[in-house]
Amino acid sequence: MCLGVPGQIIEIQPDLGAVADIDGNQVTISVALLPEVEIGDYVLIHAGFAMEIIDLQLAIETKQLLQELQELNK
Amino acid sequence: MNSNVLQLMEQMKNEKINCSLMEVCGTHTMAIAKSGIRGILPDNIRLLTGPGCPVCVTSQADIDAAIELSCHPDVILVTFGDMMRVPGSKGSLQEARSQGADIRIVYSPLETLEIARENPRRQVVFLGIGFETTAPTVAATVQRADQLKLKNLSVYSVHKLVPPVLRAIFTDKTVQVDGLICPGHVSVVTGIYPFAELAVQFQKPMVITGFDPEDILQGIALLIGQLKSGEAKAELQYRRAVRPEGNPTARQLLTQVFEPVDALWRGLGAIPASGLNFNIHYRDYDARRRFQIEVGNETEIPGCSCGAVLSGKLEPDQCPLFGNACTPIQPVGPCMVSQEGACAATYRYQLLRR
Repeated sequence: MCLGVPGQIIEIQPDLGAVADIDGNQVTISVALLPEVEIGDYVLIHAGFAMEIIDLQLAIETKQLLQELQELNK
Repeated sequence: MNSNVLQLMEQMKNEKINCSLMEVCGTHTMAIAKSGIRGILPDNIRLLTGPGCPVCVTSQADIDAAIELSCHPDVILVTFGDMMRVPGSKGSLQEARSQGADIRIVYSPLETLEIARENPRRQVVFLGIGFETTAPTVAATVQRADQLKLKNLSVYSVHKLVPPVLRAIFTDKTVQVDGLICPGHVSVVTGIYPFAELAVQFQKPMVITGFDPEDILQGIALLIGQLKSGEAKAELQYRRAVRPEGNPTARQLLTQVFEPVDALWRGLGAIPASGLNFNIHYRDYDARRRFQIEVGNETEIPGCSCGAVLSGKLEPDQCPLFGNACTPIQPVGPCMVSQEGACAATYRYQLLRR
């Protein structure tokens, strides 16, 4: 139920609305829980609400960390 | 599966630590079952499913009350799709709908505002279900309804909180849990601190973990690392989406609209301050008050072991009904109904399990 899908903010609308691109679909969402969001940000979307900005740099680092972890365990 | 992951597995096997690790998130349940992680983990590491599926942990009494409410001719009941097939004592919401109840399925609670606007003469009730991730979306919807003066909207709140149920599980001596895979999207809202507190209090390693197979394996590896060194702290693996402080806006909204209340969990009973209902400022939106609903006594489905499954005491395929009397097509208990229920996930991916 706590499913989150990633999307990119492409438009900010009045009353804390926004349009997000989710896999090529344009979906109207609410940014009431993430008012600081900006156009271009990737966000985690749950039940029609942007919940958090996804840090792309950290997403890449996580993949690298897995490899480093192994080196450590050797 | 890439060779890095296989190497990691090999290392875990060599650690020779016998442990049971629990996850408490339906999305983790699904991700673990689907990826076949259980099948590749060494025998010394067991993965348990805890009370992480909001549909599954909802008490039978609340489900019955919601079904009864949906049969009221003035009412439009609005719900997430997951609830439709959950069996009540007398049928499900789906059966109520086939008999004429006006029940609408939505993806977002915000859609409830539109339904209320379009039906000013009807009472629109949203079935508010979900943990810390979902509850703020419902709080935001109710605040918006208040601004729009939509007087025909209310919420039947069965929202629940994760830290209190973890406390109940860690206190229960009949369940052995050595470490916790913390729910990634609940943590987006709560942040790491509630888990850090529990880790110290109960001396259990915890890792806030993402949902890709690599995330989960890394989460498990971090837990094993803590167990090996005798540590008990909360770590953050899912760093790309979780800030240590969580989402303060979402939490503020929760406290503006809701207050913690004692709540009944299927299989676990009443847990103090583990649910959310409207506080004094928003209690006009409480469907229990508006419709003077007396929630009945908790009843159990005969033969169903969902309660034991939800608390990690029984593996889904150890239930006598599993796979014969209870299947996803003809489910007996909620853990087989909800896609992310422990039983449904086990049934669907059982070939990957061993």
